[in-house]
Amino acid sequence: MKPAAFDYHRPTDVAAALALLDLHGADGKVLAGGQSLVAAMNFRLARPGVLIDVNRLAELDYLRVEGGHLRIGALTRHAAFHRPVVEGPLGRLLSRVVDHVAHYPIRQRGTFAGSLAHADPASEWCLAATVLDAEIVVRNLRGERLIPAAAFFKGTFTTALEPDELIIEIRLPLLDAGWQGGFSEFSRRAGDFALAMALAALKVEGGIIRAAKLGIGGVADRAIRLSGIEAALVGREATESSFRAAGAEASHALEPGADIHASSGYRRDLIAAMVTRALAEAAA
Amino acid sequence: MTDRLATTLDVNGRSYSVTVEPRKSLADALREDCGLTGTHLGCEHGVCGACTVIVDGKPVRSCLMFAVQAEGLAVRTVEGLAEGDELHPLQRHFWEQHGLQCGFCTPGFLMLVAGAFEADPTIDDAAMMEVLSSNLCRCTGYQNIAKAVSLALKDMRAGR
Repeated sequence: MKPAAFDYHRPTDVAAALALLDLHGADGKVLAGGQSLVAAMNFRLARPGVLIDVNRLAELDYLRVEGGHLRIGALTRHAAFHRPVVEGPLGRLLSRVVDHVAHYPIRQRGTFAGSLAHADPASEWCLAATVLDAEIVVRNLRGERLIPAAAFFKGTFTTALEPDELIIEIRLPLLDAGWQGGFSEFSRRAGDFALAMALAALKVEGGIIRAAKLGIGGVADRAIRLSGIEAALVGREATESSFRAAGAEASHALEPGADIHASSGYRRDLIAAMVTRALAEAAA
Repeated sequence: MTDRLATTLDVNGRSYSVTVEPRKSLADALREDCGLTGTHLGCEHGVCGACTVIVDGKPVRSCLMFAVQAEGLAVRTVEGLAEGDELHPLQRHFWEQHGLQCGFCTPGFLMLVAGAFEADPTIDDAAMMEVLSSNLCRCTGYQNIAKAVSLALKDMRAGR
């Protein structure tokens, strides 16, 4: 299992990386953490002619709070989230989620931005980006654009990124102290891809839900925002029965596929359970 | 397609000048070009952990990194774990607790735990068990590995 031959470039600044992407177009592939790409190359499922290694772009290795957003530089590794990266519910929620992103050694190399660019339907970060209204900053030689998560993910392994564009940073709106996050994932073994997962954030005042964010992953070609259920939750009591109702609604709203890992009906049951648990955690 | 590139690898504090194709994994370069065959390759797609080495203080899969990427970074392999004739506490406890049978996965387990402990010396046993879940052993049933790691952590925390 050895990858096909490729040309290797290791730019040390973003301008040089963009020039290489511009030059090589669809032949060029960005190498970030490589935890999915290199495995796919070893299987020869991917055979890029040119690899542009962004691991020495130190200018993209940052995490900071600015303009009401957590700004995640494109070289931020998963492991950076093991401890909350920002005070409040957002940092806590991300550190809760990261434990489910692959395994510890994979998290040392893999990057948040790389997960989004790869767009695996069972990616925890893609779910978080979808539910938490992320904006993805991408750049090519001609300029920069800001893509909302809702427009970024197009399907399995498919995004709005053009071949000459590089993700520069991801912006996640901060959640004020009134919010609380919850996350639930089911996989057969620790570190496996999710058969189903749900991520929620709730704002509860006096036992009543005032605002809700909710989505599920691992059950379709991309993470799904459950906007209708979010709206229905607002005004309801933050109780187990509300959460169960939301879970049941979610499981009926979708037609999850069947594969060797789980039947459609089993996934449907998992959706109900994951949504119920994520909401309960967000209200606990 | 691509010519081979001259690269310097820093492994266990020693410098190795190698000339490799960009597609050569760090694991293969360690074994074939540096002669350090303690690092084993199992699945070659990041799942089994047999090839785990420490790069710049972090345990990583050397099958998912190209050798050329390691230029200028500090790589440590199982060959660098013992100090002379004195085994590292992890090696000693794996031996004493029968934490290996065929031994194929052992270097990966050792470097995984050593790296995770160095990255966070306050890591507790429960968190280390989560870390261990990333590597596969097909012989031992894991109980003896867990026992060895737990005992080694005690020694390592005490600085022995």
